[in-house]
Amino acid sequence: MMLNVRDLSCNRGGRAVLAGLGFSLGSGQALLLRGPNGVGKSTLLRALAGLVPCKGEVHLGTIALGDSVWAEQVVYAGHLDAIKPQLSVAENLRFWAGVFGGDADATLDAFDLAPLAGRLAGDCSAGQKRRIGLARLVLAKRKLWLLDEPSVALDSGATALLCRQINAHCASGGLAIIATHMPLALNTAETLVLSAPTARMADPFLDGAFA
Amino acid sequence: MRALLLRDLRLALRSGGGAGLGLAFFLIVVMLVPFGIGPDTALLARVAPGVLWVAALLACLLSLDRLFQADAEDGSLDIIALSPLPLEAAVLVKALAHWLTTGLPLVVAAPVLAVTLNLPSGGYGWLVASLLAGTPALSALGAFAASLTVGLRRGGLLLSLLVLPLYIPTLIFGARCAANAASGQPALPAFLILAGISLATLALAPFAAAAALRSQLR
Repeated sequence: MMLNVRDLSCNRGGRAVLAGLGFSLGSGQALLLRGPNGVGKSTLLRALAGLVPCKGEVHLGTIALGDSVWAEQVVYAGHLDAIKPQLSVAENLRFWAGVFGGDADATLDAFDLAPLAGRLAGDCSAGQKRRIGLARLVLAKRKLWLLDEPSVALDSGATALLCRQINAHCASGGLAIIATHMPLALNTAETLVLSAPTARMADPFLDGAFA
Repeated sequence: MRALLLRDLRLALRSGGGAGLGLAFFLIVVMLVPFGIGPDTALLARVAPGVLWVAALLACLLSLDRLFQADAEDGSLDIIALSPLPLEAAVLVKALAHWLTTGLPLVVAAPVLAVTLNLPSGGYGWLVASLLAGTPALSALGAFAASLTVGLRRGGLLLSLLVLPLYIPTLIFGARCAANAASGQPALPAFLILAGISLATLALAPFAAAAALRSQLR
């Protein structure tokens, strides 16, 4: 299954963030997105997740971005960890297991969360919260992982754990796109360096407010 | 769907969830009315249905601003939008959780408080029936307004301004139903219109709210 991106353009706040972007990624490959702050790494990930409207052709195998089944192919982990501080670590994972399917208790081990299972997520440190957020990737069992700065707040041990999970995901034929500034020890990683599109004002009325 | 409902119920019951807040507010507002109006039992009996309905409506409003805001702030809303669950269904489930933790306790407490306002005996059944039929519409309309203000700081104030005018039809027919029953007039016509408003709201609000949320996710 190949991910093909052709001529992808995306506007944010009336400004063209991505313009005419194209790349392809084969099964089992990881893609590292690099580039200065504000160049559109997060926007690209959110666009590929289907959260930000964009123009262009994006296909994963035969499924196009915008199809109703697209969301079943991707899992997205952004800057926010999407966990509830009032619930315990295990309760947070069980909720996401209820939404995405998967086995919450087995996933606890993937990011070494078993010792924290009964603790309130609000009492966890930033790095521990990040690990809970990342555990959702393993839980959801999706083809394409979209990771936005996944290693922020992680210590070296947890970063190694993250790399091992990404490598395992790719080894089983999955794809991953990772925006990061850190060096990650990945087996089969390509790098895409984003640069700012030529500055031009986009038409604010074509921003696709309700697209 | 079940996972989302259970999570929202659990969050509402945990600390800071605010499940009891609406009920406590309802109790206090209704108890204040006799102090303000005075011990005129005939007058209290006449205003009782309207007072109970207005108080229930304001109590519903209290916990609405956190309905989507909390999920938007911690990133859960992004993930829910990407989940296999359609966003419309997620809105409906969240509105249902809001009703179970806010609307339903009000329905249960209303007849007890009606005693303190000297509601005539004929009105109790219809008061409960009208609240039971009307409060789901309050939660569903509230979910729509909450989805519009989800990206705003201090959106709760704007939410009140948006949602209170939308509550007027529900209030008119809900209070009319209970008031007619209390004064011995037929309550059924008002109740049927109220139920119609409620059903239409429940059918339409999730789609409107989901569209508003999608535009906020960008």
